[in-house]
Amino acid sequence: MQFTGPCADFFSVESSKSEGFIRMKRNLFWLAIALLAAAVYFGLLVTMGDQYLHADLSLGLPVGGQALIAFLGGLAAIVILLIADDFRNLSRPKALGLAGFVLLMLGSYFGLFVAPPEQFMGETQRIMYVHVPTAWFALVAMTLAFVAAVVFLFGGNYDWDARMEASIEVGVVLAFLLCCQGAIWAKPTWGVWWDWDPRLTTTAVLLFAFLGILALRKFVDDPHRRAMWSAVATIVAYVDVPIVYFSVKWWNSLHQQQSNPNTVSKPFWIPLRANAFGILLLMTAFIMLRARVAALRLEHELAPPPALDAAEIGENV
Amino acid sequence: MLIAALRKELLLQWRSRAQFMAVFVFGAAALLLFSFAVGPVAEMLRQFSAGFLWLGLLLSSTLTLAESFHAEMENRALEGLLLLPANPRALYYGKAIANWLQLILLGISLVPVMVILYDAGTTRIGSLVVVIALGTAGLSAPGTLYAAMTAQVRSKQTLLPLLLFPLIVPALLASVKATSLIILGDPMNQSSAWIILLVAFDAIYWSLCGLLFGRVVEE
Repeated sequence: MQFTGPCADFFSVESSKSEGFIRMKRNLFWLAIALLAAAVYFGLLVTMGDQYLHADLSLGLPVGGQALIAFLGGLAAIVILLIADDFRNLSRPKALGLAGFVLLMLGSYFGLFVAPPEQFMGETQRIMYVHVPTAWFALVAMTLAFVAAVVFLFGGNYDWDARMEASIEVGVVLAFLLCCQGAIWAKPTWGVWWDWDPRLTTTAVLLFAFLGILALRKFVDDPHRRAMWSAVATIVAYVDVPIVYFSVKWWNSLHQQQSNPNTVSKPFWIPLRANAFGILLLMTAFIMLRARVAALRLEHELAPPPALDAAEIGENV
Repeated sequence: MLIAALRKELLLQWRSRAQFMAVFVFGAAALLLFSFAVGPVAEMLRQFSAGFLWLGLLLSSTLTLAESFHAEMENRALEGLLLLPANPRALYYGKAIANWLQLILLGISLVPVMVILYDAGTTRIGSLVVVIALGTAGLSAPGTLYAAMTAQVRSKQTLLPLLLFPLIVPALLASVKATSLIILGDPMNQSSAWIILLVAFDAIYWSLCGLLFGRVVEE
């Protein structure tokens, strides 16, 4: 998408800078892909090779180093992908989303059919393969929204408003899924749909807080105010997350304590990590696609009203 | 400047004291209605009295807060105030303190209603007032910030609670817990922990909202 016209500078300072900048962004995209590939290799393929091919693919790296590369590589890849995204290229988010979908299918297959049932919770535990990654990336999406809000408030670049809107929306979807999965898991395990567990309650509070921000965005027509206000509201809501978590934990401490998650053994790693990378890619793809929609809408709103032709004016008169 | 802003707000509130009475009646009616949700079981009503008091206070506070930028919206008075050679933060803190004082007054006047309806008397009036003051401070700081936004948009009565309610969950939780411990007895002296949580919440939001207010009203 080429931003042209008199407001191109105002709308997107970065993307209209120069050819060199655009080329740098293209290189950044491939850097992110390389990071992702390294993360998937060390996070997933090494374990799979060890488990099913009995081959050592670790290249001599210790387990801790592998996990670190997988974790930091994945996170850095998201951040770089979102920064480098100039809303022009539609095929990149589509390719990322497709890759994420394939990984999610793979992880779900392994989780449902290959991994053995868990010792204490049995088959119910299989929802963890999708529940845990959803929880991680719901929080990651909200954090991205917070970062985008801070960058927008200090920089005033509307690209970050688009990214913030996209991250909030994807975060809300993930948080909603998380609450549903939590309820589905809680019914057979604890016998109730809802438990006032600090994590579950914090997710619900976060979901409502960010839904409120989305509603605020719908009600404000002026793009400048909408961006400023939702950035302020996002910061205020995000700061609340740890306070809610600890207050609910405290409040709930007289009731039942939930069991600590056991250390995860190797056959459980593969579906968990495949799903984690799958949801990571899907989340990034959805944020990029949604940010593109938001950016197009913003460009339309920020554009000056079109000049009328003399002929048109004549017709109207 | 802060003193001037606060004086202006208090004068406005004094002149619209009929509105305060209406909000008080609303809160008292809410307290009356909550008892129908539980049924005429005196012991249960007493158990839940702190929760009902704070829910009543929360519901009526949205009326107070939503109206708090009413005067500024007329004749573009907000722009006039921002053109003054003063920091918009003074405007925010003046309004937030005025809202806080009004909510303290509202909370204290709802306490006798609670005592009569739910038989939830206490002799620890001092600590009760402290909890009400700290809890309403937690409502007032983010509430005033959000009111500055929602006063300028359509359907502000819906949007303000939607934004405010999830945010103040920790403050509500801590206030209910502390009030309930004061009313029902506090052998382990747990209420001080909740009061510390309230103080922390207030400190964070009174500073953060003041920092961000300038961005909300800038043109």
